[in-house]
Amino acid sequence: MKTIRIIPRLDIKGPNLVKGIHLEGLRVLGQPADFAKYYYENGADELMYVDVVASLYERNSLHDIITNTAKQIFIPLTVGGGIRTIDDIRNVLKAGADKVSLNTAAIKNPQIIKEASRTFGSSTIVVSIEAIKENNGKYFAYIDNGREYTGIDVMQWVKKIEDLGAGEIVITSVDREGTGLGFDIDLVRQVSNLVSIPVIAHGGASNEENIADVIKLGNADAVAVSSILHYDFIKHNNSEKTSEEGNVEFLKRGQTFTKIKPNSIKNIKDYLKFNEIECRN
Amino acid sequence: MDKIKIVIIDYKLSNLFSVEHACKYFGVEPIISSDWNELKDADGVILPGVGAFADAMYNLNDLDLIAPIKDYIESGRPFMGICLGLQLLFTESEEFKNTKGLDIIRGQIKKFSSIKNEKKIKVPQIGWNNILKKNNADNWETSALKSIKENEYMYFVHSFYAVPSNQEDILCVTNYEQIKYCSAILKNNIFATQFHPEKSARKGLIIYENWLNKIKYGK
Repeated sequence: MKTIRIIPRLDIKGPNLVKGIHLEGLRVLGQPADFAKYYYENGADELMYVDVVASLYERNSLHDIITNTAKQIFIPLTVGGGIRTIDDIRNVLKAGADKVSLNTAAIKNPQIIKEASRTFGSSTIVVSIEAIKENNGKYFAYIDNGREYTGIDVMQWVKKIEDLGAGEIVITSVDREGTGLGFDIDLVRQVSNLVSIPVIAHGGASNEENIADVIKLGNADAVAVSSILHYDFIKHNNSEKTSEEGNVEFLKRGQTFTKIKPNSIKNIKDYLKFNEIECRN
Repeated sequence: MDKIKIVIIDYKLSNLFSVEHACKYFGVEPIISSDWNELKDADGVILPGVGAFADAMYNLNDLDLIAPIKDYIESGRPFMGICLGLQLLFTESEEFKNTKGLDIIRGQIKKFSSIKNEKKIKVPQIGWNNILKKNNADNWETSALKSIKENEYMYFVHSFYAVPSNQEDILCVTNYEQIKYCSAILKNNIFATQFHPEKSARKGLIIYENWLNKIKYGK
């Protein structure tokens, strides 16, 4: 049996950890380093940072966040968002990331997958797909946080990603992302069954049952989770150093998002183990 | 010994950040170098590695590191290999039609088959898996795995695995999709792991602590 990974996903904008719905409408939740450390200490199997704005002028702050995190956190760290070139990849790895995830760059120039996996090793290169389902049931890949249509069929794209040498795929359902409506299990299953490389499911989890479902029914090898964990963190911690920049009203009101059932990594894993899904203690 | 010289061999392939910081976590400032001269007076040497076997051997040769690594190991001083750094110690790898390795440990490097008993398995293995004692192994507690419980989870990323010719060289084993393979070796001063201790959270750090303490205090 394989061991399933629970991967907290931290969306980053400037210095802040943010969370949106359908990858948009970002709310500031706190400092990424606080969340990262908490998740590391509480059983996260890996961490995933995504620079959601990916503006070039903010790159240095992302590198600082990566370095500060990687120095004290001894689990794998994947970084994505706005990585365009082989040099970008090299710089992010140098800052302390273990893997990079590519989306836009891979769509615009699929050969970068081949070049990057040859240069840095397959297992370092993760390709992230933002999928939106059309009325006819077909999934298409989008870029720019689900805003830009590419006309690329997701199922054809995943085969190509594997052939070009990527080590893993992150499949995000933009339709479900941040909604708490559960994963798009059909999407994850189709993708996972098409390839031999590991598939990380992302988008839509509202509780531990959704996570068990996407593993059992969707054949996911790993699950990227944000809202469930972030709202649990906020309940138990005061993130005092929150920057005043950005949309912080949500935090100040002390609200949580009603569709999401906040939960800790430990509780989620206990639930998975009870359901005969293997994961690290 | 208060101040020890640990050299992390940089052969221009691996990501050395976390290996470096795992040493720093225990108060050791490692030297990261491609210069074989640094190995001469090193107290401990780490050979990390991520990437392709053939590229790694090419770079080690190009940097004139092959003979110095062999000499260093011959000297009996502590040596730690990680992931590809374990695999490179072996005789040869079946990657790209048999590439010769350092041939310090006899055996082959083989690839996980992506089909097993008509069932598709995920390759590379990316994630956490258990380390288990080999039958009758009594070398666990004398190695850097000391105090780590059997069955503990460690972090693995690999498509290839080692098949040592001598069973005595195997320190622990791991099962991946019904394939039982060697996940660490111990041979005299050579300790090497297929998993990444520096990515295996607190339990992995204990391995670094054990390995460094043995160099610092001899136990």
